[in-house]
Amino acid sequence: MAVSATRDQTTTSRNLFGKIGGLSWPWRITLGYLTIMLLLPVSALMLKASTENPINFWKIATSPIALATYDVTFVTSLIAALINGLFGFLIAWVLVRYDFPFKRIIDAAIDLPFALPTSVAGLTLATVYSDNGWIGSFLAPLGIKVAFTRLGVGMAMLFISLPFIVRTLQPVLQEMEKDIEEAAWSLGASQWQTFWRVVLPPLIPAMLTGIALGFSRAVGEYGSVVIVASNVPFKDLIASVLIIQRLEQYDYSGATVIGTVLLGISLLILLAINLLQAWGRRYDL
Amino acid sequence: MTSNLAGHSFNTVSPNSQPYKPAKEHAWVKFVLIGIALAYLLLILFIPAINVFAQAFKEGVGPFFHNLTEPNFLHAVKLTVFIALIVVPINTVFGLCAAWVIARHQFRGRTFLISLLDIPFAVSPVVAGLMIVLLYGRNGWFGPLLGAANIKIIFALPAMVLASAFITLPFVAREVIPVLEEAGSEQEEAARTLGAKDIQIFWRVTLPNIRWGLLYGVILTNARVMGEFGAVSVVSGNIAGETQTLPLFVEEAYKQYQTQASFSAAVLLAGLAFVTLVLKEILERKTRIKDV
Repeated sequence: MAVSATRDQTTTSRNLFGKIGGLSWPWRITLGYLTIMLLLPVSALMLKASTENPINFWKIATSPIALATYDVTFVTSLIAALINGLFGFLIAWVLVRYDFPFKRIIDAAIDLPFALPTSVAGLTLATVYSDNGWIGSFLAPLGIKVAFTRLGVGMAMLFISLPFIVRTLQPVLQEMEKDIEEAAWSLGASQWQTFWRVVLPPLIPAMLTGIALGFSRAVGEYGSVVIVASNVPFKDLIASVLIIQRLEQYDYSGATVIGTVLLGISLLILLAINLLQAWGRRYDL
Repeated sequence: MTSNLAGHSFNTVSPNSQPYKPAKEHAWVKFVLIGIALAYLLLILFIPAINVFAQAFKEGVGPFFHNLTEPNFLHAVKLTVFIALIVVPINTVFGLCAAWVIARHQFRGRTFLISLLDIPFAVSPVVAGLMIVLLYGRNGWFGPLLGAANIKIIFALPAMVLASAFITLPFVAREVIPVLEEAGSEQEEAARTLGAKDIQIFWRVTLPNIRWGLLYGVILTNARVMGEFGAVSVVSGNIAGETQTLPLFVEEAYKQYQTQASFSAAVLLAGLAFVTLVLKEILERKTRIKDV
């Protein structure tokens, strides 16, 4: 997405679909592999979905159980992405602007959710936030149950989407011109005024991109959620788990319909992220 | 700014930059903000991460090592490594080709091709698994054909390889494209005018330029392949001692109330994650030194 046209190109304008036959090996490998690995599976899903009777498709896609999983999946993901938008901004800010002990290590550890397998994340979150876990035992007396509830689903989504927001905002914050802030101060603006009027506006595209990336990741998340949730329909069942349950019951059309809905929404988010990044790049100039 | 759905190739902050000391900011603001940030990280990231190790070694090192000698566990380790040995080289070759095609050419559909590459990041791993089932499963496109030829793909190794390859398809390309663009093509052209062949140009000019970015992409691919859970669990059938990878073993043991065994395996995967992060940090510094 963020790959801009380079200044120097060895080959000028070529049509991607024009001359497959006369292409060099890297071209053939790229296009061939993409076709087998990517286009074929995606079209298998879409064609399977299109053979479904539209009325039937709609009925499965909007059945009460499916609607309940969309609610858990998308609403929880959005809330998690927004919470991380706030705290991720704060973390990026603190890492860029201040100095404190162990900063380098903490900075490196932000990427942990990228590297940690999701089943491990789910396992440890379920343990830490269970009623007798390290953190859960403090919440239980307050009547707050996290593991095996929708709150646990949200917790897993917070865990896996945090680095996306921090890592999108960090470079933008780093590059921000400090003179403008100083100018605002010297003109008598208060800290709050400077923050709201000078610091925040140029950060908005990056912030929205980060939130969209986090949301996208949370919507697709499976491994950590399936372990930390009880996976009960109408309670904390997410769409991905519903697909697996349908497959296990050999209900291929049910799985296909929910899968298509999920794929469609993922592609829409991808498009939105592309547009947001294009918008963000305009700010660079 | 470069960022992508994988979230891995974000430009990281230069370590040498001096923290900015604003003239008017009160000291307490700084401490409150740092405090909140650390508290949040502790609750969301650090306590869960430490917990993996604490649980695994709760009863000392003995039970931990005992769990590691279990046959199903050992099989899971072997399978996980085996899949990585197949997928990582394939996706590395593809990634290099795709990166070269995208970074060195202008053509219609270039933006489209870049967006295509991002699809595996956007798609839920479960949906990725479902797509493979719809292709190669018994009721899938190639199902009857494969059935007639007696080839088993779903609930067997080939599907697990396909699922892992799908999930990690863009990593290498995503890491190499920016480095390739950064390096420019002048050196390659110079080599060509001096009479070097394509292969020579690749080994002697291009590869040294992109080696750190490439290595980084390979490490990320490897970590994701070894840790992949969702896509693999859909297509594998999850049979202990047969089609169970390490991440699947973690879940299965946990569901069977063998928490100790589960955490022992989890520690191994967490160790892999730790090594990945350290290597990532080292490689990022290497690239940065080159920039300066």
